[in-house]
Amino acid sequence: MEKKEKKKISGTKKFLIFISLVFFLFLFLEPIILMAALINTFILLFKVFPVLVLAFIVNYFINKFIKEDTLKKHLGHDSGIKGYFYAVVAGILIGGPPYLLFPMLGEFKKSGVKDSFLATFLFNRNVKIPFMPVVIFYFGVTYTIVISVLLILFSIINGAIVGRLVDKRIS
Amino acid sequence: MDKALIKTWKNYQKALPILFGMFFLISLLTPYIETLYKSLFSGNYIIDPLVGSLLGSISAGMPITAYILGGELLDIGISLLAVTAFVLTWTMVHLAFLPLESKYLGKRFAIIRNIINYFFAVIISILTVAIINTLK
Repeated sequence: MEKKEKKKISGTKKFLIFISLVFFLFLFLEPIILMAALINTFILLFKVFPVLVLAFIVNYFINKFIKEDTLKKHLGHDSGIKGYFYAVVAGILIGGPPYLLFPMLGEFKKSGVKDSFLATFLFNRNVKIPFMPVVIFYFGVTYTIVISVLLILFSIINGAIVGRLVDKRIS
Repeated sequence: MDKALIKTWKNYQKALPILFGMFFLISLLTPYIETLYKSLFSGNYIIDPLVGSLLGSISAGMPITAYILGGELLDIGISLLAVTAFVLTWTMVHLAFLPLESKYLGKRFAIIRNIINYFFAVIISILTVAIINTLK
């Protein structure tokens, strides 16, 4: 007898179903809050549109010019401790919200970049040079230096642990 | 057509519905969370960092917003430890973006990274405040 294969619902569809349920729940219970949230959603999308376009262009050039071999060489499974150095520098220099970084890092992962380096890269999102004046203004110079150094050091430990737990090759 | 262009477009085509959903959720929840922020801190040195780290984990937005809000919380007398835990988890734990992170980097990676980042944020907060107090 043939077994009927269960159709698996993708994570994206589950998420969109959940959003739809929340939408209808608020439509009946809190329509005014729902309207305000929808307006704010479009304002947010409008605000990020230029950044999205810029990220699209950067992503396009990465896909066009950065070869898989180059990425594998510096951040792949065969790269040693130097890979962490490149991941730290890239994490500090490459900015952008997570929803723009994840698709780009997804491409990196497909090209063979190690999970540990991806984790190190994401950890260093916190060490952003353009934010420094704001952090210094509110928290002082000593605080900014101490927290930045700790974040860089811990990003490497973080990458190593995440990599060890996630990377299939190691486990 | 250019292969790189098609590849990039396909990537964004997948991300846009999730992006819309996440912005919708953030817009819906932010007014509730913002009013809670200040009232949830009690001044307790043990409970406040935990509250800060939990609030930071469920919040989302530009890291710069976290630092500005953190500065305001400091001004009203919330401990540096609690504020640091709040700011760091805000930027390091992305619960709101978990579906997107799972989609591109794998569910296992996203879950493990967020759990480890939560604990690292708390550890870094404790170390930062300890070092600053030692340097004073």
